[in-house]
Amino acid sequence: MKYTQGKYPILSKKTLAREIYDMTILCPEIAEIAKEGQFVNVKVNGFTLRRPISICSIDREKGTLRIVFEVRGEGTKEMSQLAEGELIDIVAPLGGRGFKVDQFETAVIIGGGIGTPPMLAVAEKFGEKGTVISGFRNAAAVILQEDFKSTGAETILCTDDGSAGKKGFVTDALKEVLARKKPDVIFACGPDVMLRRVIEIAKENNIKCQVSLEERMGCGVGACLVCACRTIRNGDEYYAHVCKDGPVFNAEEVLFDE
Amino acid sequence: MSDKLSVNFAGVDLKNPIIPASGAFGYGREYENFYPLSTLGGISVKGTTGTKRNGNLPPRIAETPSGMLNSVGLQNPGIDHFIKIELPNLKTKDTVIIANIAGSTADEYREIAEKLENTDVDMIEVNISCPNVKAGGAAFGVTCEGAASITKIVRSVTKKPVMMKLSPNVTNIAEIAKAVEAEGADAVSLINTLLGMKIDIKTRRPILHNNVGGLSGPAVFPIAVRMVWQVSNAVKIPVCGMGGISRWQDVVEMMMAGAQVVQIGAALFSDPFAPVKIIEGLENYVSENHLNNLQDIVGTVIPW
Repeated sequence: MKYTQGKYPILSKKTLAREIYDMTILCPEIAEIAKEGQFVNVKVNGFTLRRPISICSIDREKGTLRIVFEVRGEGTKEMSQLAEGELIDIVAPLGGRGFKVDQFETAVIIGGGIGTPPMLAVAEKFGEKGTVISGFRNAAAVILQEDFKSTGAETILCTDDGSAGKKGFVTDALKEVLARKKPDVIFACGPDVMLRRVIEIAKENNIKCQVSLEERMGCGVGACLVCACRTIRNGDEYYAHVCKDGPVFNAEEVLFDE
Repeated sequence: MSDKLSVNFAGVDLKNPIIPASGAFGYGREYENFYPLSTLGGISVKGTTGTKRNGNLPPRIAETPSGMLNSVGLQNPGIDHFIKIELPNLKTKDTVIIANIAGSTADEYREIAEKLENTDVDMIEVNISCPNVKAGGAAFGVTCEGAASITKIVRSVTKKPVMMKLSPNVTNIAEIAKAVEAEGADAVSLINTLLGMKIDIKTRRPILHNNVGGLSGPAVFPIAVRMVWQVSNAVKIPVCGMGGISRWQDVVEMMMAGAQVVQIGAALFSDPFAPVKIIEGLENYVSENHLNNLQDIVGTVIPW
C-alpha cells in the first residue's frame, strides 16, 4: 500500500444540488492506483482534522479523481469555497478495502443520498451488467443520474416524496428488481437504516452484499483507532476501523446498534 | 542529516528528539507507507494493556476549535501480541522503541512491565493518565500516592528506563512529578490530554459516546508549555514534552521550557508528514543559530 500526500489542482468544480459540490482533481499518481470505494482525506484550512470524502469516479487515462461532497458542517463549508484552479491538499488513496468488483459479472448498485457518489465508480465497472438504484429525499436532492445512465446501467431513481422517479425507498425498488433478476452481488452506500435493510434483503435472497460504512475519523490510515465500527471477526465481536479495515465491509461482518 | 539533533534521554540515545506520541501512530505500520520510520528519533507505541481491549463505543472523536477530543479507550491487542507480532517488526526500523503501557490495576502494570523486561524495547512509558477508561488509567495519575505507587511497582520489576506519563487534570502537576521521581522514575512525559466535552446542540447529545474525552491539538499547547516549565523546574529527571506541537517552532518553545525530547500526536492527523517537516525545520534552526547541538536550548527560557 502506498499513500500519497500532496496539493493537487482542481480542474473543475460544479454545484450538483443545494450544498452538494463536484470537484475533479488532477492527481495522476493517485488515480493510477485508486480503487472503487476508497476515499481521499482533505485538509481544510483552519481545521485540525481532515475530511474523508469518497471517490466518486476514477479516470486513469486523464489522471483525475472526481469527488462529490455535501456541506455538512463548518469544515465542508470551508472546503466548498475552494475554486477551480486552486490546489486541494489530500492524502490518498485511503481505505484498506474498497468494493471488490472483479469476481462478479452482474451487480445491483445502491446509493442513498450523499452515499450515492462512490457508487458511480462501481457502476462504471459493470456498465450494462449493472443495475443502479439511487434514492433521495426529494427532486431537489437528486444527483448523478446522467452519469449513471451513461455507464449503460439500468437506472432506477427513487425519492421519499415521489417528486422525482418512483415514490418510495431504494429497498422497495431493490425488491422489485430481485423479483425479476438475480445479480451476483449487491453493493450499497447510504444511511445505516438503509444499509441494514439492504443487508436483510440480500440475505433473504441469498445474494452476496458489500456495504460502505461511515464513521468520524482521525488519522484516516488506521493508526489512531477512532473510527470504530462493530463487526464480527472469527466469531467474536470486534471494533474494526472504517478507514483501514473498510470502508467497505461484507454484509455478514457488519453489526448495527439495536 | 547531522547529529546536532541527537540526544541522550534518560540513558537512551535518540538521533533526534522527535517521537510520534502514543495513540496517534499505532505501531508505526501505517506511517511507513509515507516515510521510513528510521527518520524518527523514536516511537511511543499504542498504549498496551495486559490483555486485548475493544475500547469505547463510537463516536470516539470530535473536532473542537484548534483541537480535537478523543475517547478511544485503550483499544489494543494486548501485551503478548505486542511482544510477539509488533515488536519484532519495529526492531528492524532503526529507531528507539518506547513501549507505552496501561492497566486497570497495579498488578496489571507490574505484569506488563515484567513481560517487557527481557524484550528489545528501549524504554517503558507508563500511562497513568488515560482519561478514557473507567478503571485505572488517570485514577492513579491524579494523586501523588497513586502515581508514586505505580512508579514503585514498575520500577521494582524493570531495569529499563521508566518514563511516567502525567495527567494535566490535576491541581499541581509538579507535585506529581516529584512523587514519581522519588520512587525512581527515570523521566516524565507530559501532558496527556485534558478532559473535555462537546455537545451537538441539535440533538443535545455529546458527540463522544463516552460523553467526555481527551483534548489535544494546538489548543492545549500553551498549557503543555506551562506544565513542562513547572515540572522541569521541580525535578532533576529529564522531561519529554507533548501537547499540541505542530511546527518546529513549537518544539523549540517546548525545549526552551525544559523538555529534552518531544512527542507529536494530533498534528499527524492534519499532516502525516509533520514529524519529518519538524525535523527538517530543526536542522535549519540549529544551523542558522550556529548551535553545536539542539540540546543547548533546553531550559533556556529567561523568565521575568
